[in-house]
Amino acid sequence: MTAPEAKSKPKSFQDIILRLQNYWAKQGCAILQPYDMEVGAGTLHPATVLRALGPKEWRAAYVQPSRRPKDARYGENPNRLGHYYQYQVILKPNPANLQDLYLESLYEIGIDPTVHDIRFVEDDWENPTVGAWGLGWEVWCDGMEVSQYTYFQQVGGLDVFPVSGELTYGLERLAMYVFGVDNVYDLPFNDPGSDVPLTYGDVFLENEKQQSAFNFEHSDVEMLKRWFADCENQSNALREAGKPLPAYDYALKASHTFNLIDARGAISPTERQAYIARVRDLARGAAAQWAEQEEARAGA
Amino acid sequence: MAELLLEIFSEEIPARMQAKAESDLGAALEKALGEAGLSWSALETASGPRRLTVFVDGLTERSADVKEERKGPKVGAPDKAIEGFLRSAGLSDISQAEVRSDPKKGDFYVAVIETPGRDAKDIIAEAVPAIIRGFHWPKSMRWGKGELRWVRPLQRITCVLDGQIVPFDVDGLASGNETEGHRVHGRGPYTVTSRKDYEAQLGGAGHVKLTRDERRQVILEGIEKVCAEAGLEWIEDKGLLEEVVGLAEWPVVVLGNMDPDFLALPPEVIQLSMRTHQKYFAVNDKKTGKLAPNFIVVANIDAADGGKKLAEGNSRVLSARLDDARFFWDLDKAKPLEEMAEKLSTIAFKNLGSVRDKVERVAALARELAPKVGADPDLAERAARLAKADLVSEMVGEFPELQGMMGRYYALEAGEPAAVADAIRDHYKPQGPSDSVPTNSVGIAVALADKLDTLVGFWAIDEKPTGSKDPFALRRAALGVVRILLENAVRLPLRSDFLRAASITNYLLSRETERKAYIEAHRELLSLYRDGQISERTFYEVSGPLAVKYPVAENDWFSQVEFVHEDLLSFFADRLKQYLRDQGQRHDLIDAVFALGEDDLVLITRRVEALGAFLDTEDGANLLAGYKRAANILRAEEKKGELPEDLSVNAGLIAKGPAEEQALAKALTEVQAAIEGPLEAEDFTGAMAELARLRGPVDAFFEAVMVNDDDAAVRANRLALLTQIRDTLHRVADFSRIDG
Repeated sequence: MTAPEAKSKPKSFQDIILRLQNYWAKQGCAILQPYDMEVGAGTLHPATVLRALGPKEWRAAYVQPSRRPKDARYGENPNRLGHYYQYQVILKPNPANLQDLYLESLYEIGIDPTVHDIRFVEDDWENPTVGAWGLGWEVWCDGMEVSQYTYFQQVGGLDVFPVSGELTYGLERLAMYVFGVDNVYDLPFNDPGSDVPLTYGDVFLENEKQQSAFNFEHSDVEMLKRWFADCENQSNALREAGKPLPAYDYALKASHTFNLIDARGAISPTERQAYIARVRDLARGAAAQWAEQEEARAGA
Repeated sequence: MAELLLEIFSEEIPARMQAKAESDLGAALEKALGEAGLSWSALETASGPRRLTVFVDGLTERSADVKEERKGPKVGAPDKAIEGFLRSAGLSDISQAEVRSDPKKGDFYVAVIETPGRDAKDIIAEAVPAIIRGFHWPKSMRWGKGELRWVRPLQRITCVLDGQIVPFDVDGLASGNETEGHRVHGRGPYTVTSRKDYEAQLGGAGHVKLTRDERRQVILEGIEKVCAEAGLEWIEDKGLLEEVVGLAEWPVVVLGNMDPDFLALPPEVIQLSMRTHQKYFAVNDKKTGKLAPNFIVVANIDAADGGKKLAEGNSRVLSARLDDARFFWDLDKAKPLEEMAEKLSTIAFKNLGSVRDKVERVAALARELAPKVGADPDLAERAARLAKADLVSEMVGEFPELQGMMGRYYALEAGEPAAVADAIRDHYKPQGPSDSVPTNSVGIAVALADKLDTLVGFWAIDEKPTGSKDPFALRRAALGVVRILLENAVRLPLRSDFLRAASITNYLLSRETERKAYIEAHRELLSLYRDGQISERTFYEVSGPLAVKYPVAENDWFSQVEFVHEDLLSFFADRLKQYLRDQGQRHDLIDAVFALGEDDLVLITRRVEALGAFLDTEDGANLLAGYKRAANILRAEEKKGELPEDLSVNAGLIAKGPAEEQALAKALTEVQAAIEGPLEAEDFTGAMAELARLRGPVDAFFEAVMVNDDDAAVRANRLALLTQIRDTLHRVADFSRIDG
């Protein structure tokens, strides 16, 4: 094996995404598009959570916008965003050389392993909402967490087999690192030498401002509470009808609606726990039903 | 003699698990080889971020043949017995057994089972897969399509015996003779034939420091070097050192810079930010002795640019962290501590109200205790009211370790007196055996009040420590009380004062009253519902919240208050004994003093110390012997039921008795009077010096006088003298509990 080598430095935020897309396509991943619903993390895309269940092999990669209403900061914090991107890769079963594949993906986006210190630091991942946990690491590059690397052990409260390897890249953070930028809004979104150079701020700053105002000031909490109940009922009804995919969609809707309610600080700690438990029941229920169906389809 | 090399190579093992796994693997292999009949001259282990290694030297190449004889039934025994014997001995026919004769029992069968020795190679090939399958990790996982569990995916098993692969397979992973080096500097693979070869290749081209010791040394030398060059002083942090020893295969120490503006933050915040989030070491400026705007990071590469880029990168990450910390610091400073203290009402303190309720109780108790520890009651109350406020601060939310510390800073910022600020910081002390106790009087009052409130409260709701389980660190809290009292010589009789007067007791009692009222209300509601006067919904709406607040299963506290106090006192006694034993005091002396029912820990300690010194003297030792003699006679009489209940010395009879008896009676009277003064003055050494005067008369009495006189009256009188010896000595300690 020869010593690892870094590729040229990417030109822009989107260049990083394009390189990751090409790289993981070469590794045989289906390059999917973002899920068309509001989610808090790339893991929640059915391509990860649901496909991790059942016996079928699977490889996919995609960008997923993640919405975390509580993290919004009116565009005033250089590191925190209410809407940001994750790059998500899932390989099921995990290939034996997944660590190498992952490291090569970093070299692919211009991180030079001969001058940067890349480390795998223990971090056990858990998402109680979907009843999932796994063991793995935070990957550090010069002390900066650039990815989460997990071997799923349970999803929907069920042991998974085969085991999936899941990689989540925090794209903005990674890009800030690659470009040596201290403020996310200064990132070059496209090639700075192009006819219309755009920064991350040109694309998203106003959105952060308005969405923050919505998250913290203008959302209609009473309406959201009604929506939550409706989503919950719909999801339960779909599960009763044996349709876990749309049931899962409505669990996601309920989850995001809850996140909006929570951002307003409009609920007591006890109520908060109750909401979380309700979302968890929906998501786990849908996941468990999906797993059952996958087993049946594989057996048939 | 053979040499074995075993390496289990995996993806990155959590740093905190490596050392234990290393020793577990060594022990497991030792056990397996030993049980299989092999022996060896040396077994050594090593571990690192991706590997566990065992070297065995001087290994026997084959286990010895073993011949075992198994005794069977008599010749001519029933078929069933014969069959059972054949089965258990692994024979197919009885003709394979030998017949032995015994003069008493006659002829019987013996099976001679010969187990031939096995090659070390075969034993290892069987043992290693079993060890891997049964290995215990704090958390383990599966990967791919396998069922095997390891801490992270297992990549290679290198198993070489005298240059040859020991062939085996663990769930599809075959053993081999190749290993890997550092990912960037020399991955390999390397074919290895022996320990020497393995160490040379990995330590050379492979760029792997194999042992924890090697890596620790490299890191310490690196730290020393960069510090010397930059005029810095390493702030020693052994815990972090042990962690980073497990984070790099090829550790390289790099010095990074930090924006000096951050030094306006409390040094504890900066250090903790470095340590917790980034695993950096903090350094002091050698000249000022204060935190320097630098940090030390232990990298896992020898960077091509000398570490410039990685130092910059790490510095940027630290800046982002410290920016966050500064944000918290500014936010917290803008909020009055009282306002934070208000918010404590949203945090539950177990089942004992909110933390704010606790603060109220602690404030009342601290005020009450203040005069007894020489503190200003107003300051003690003030400090107690603010002591927990920082729990809702942003900074403590981020760094729970800084509780108290941040409160102190915020109090100083707000212009609180230094004594209040220090007390806020110190009231958690002592946090462990190596931590100091608070010494400022306000801090003492608040620390005592806080711990007592917790202890009495947890005793009342029956959350006592059991066995090794002590989730709320109550032993530490009680030992803390003991140490605060003793190390500051604070005089506080536990029983009479502080438990009963504690505001927690009042709180619990008042809650108990409420609870009883609730049970009454619940009964009424229930009967209203049964009579159809209220709906089920109303019943639950009214009754439900009350039931949560006053669970019926709660102890009937009112009736138990005395018991709780006594039980807690004996818990304190145990902590004190442990403390005194750790100080080198004899536990029988501690028992002897405890038996007096004393509840002032300072006095107990002084008595124990004086008693120890007294017994070391010749008079003391002899007096103890005399005491034992008297006590034995009295016990024997008691047993026979012949010890009169009301024994008093008849002076008239004494006057007619022998001189030794008269002398003893006189000495007793004198000493009894003489010890009162010193005892009153708590001068136990003085009291014991008076007691020493009894030694001569007691010895002479037993020498010359017969207690069991024929005259019942004389006998009773002498027994009375003996009880006086006993009672007089018991004024100082219960001598019956002293060994010897």
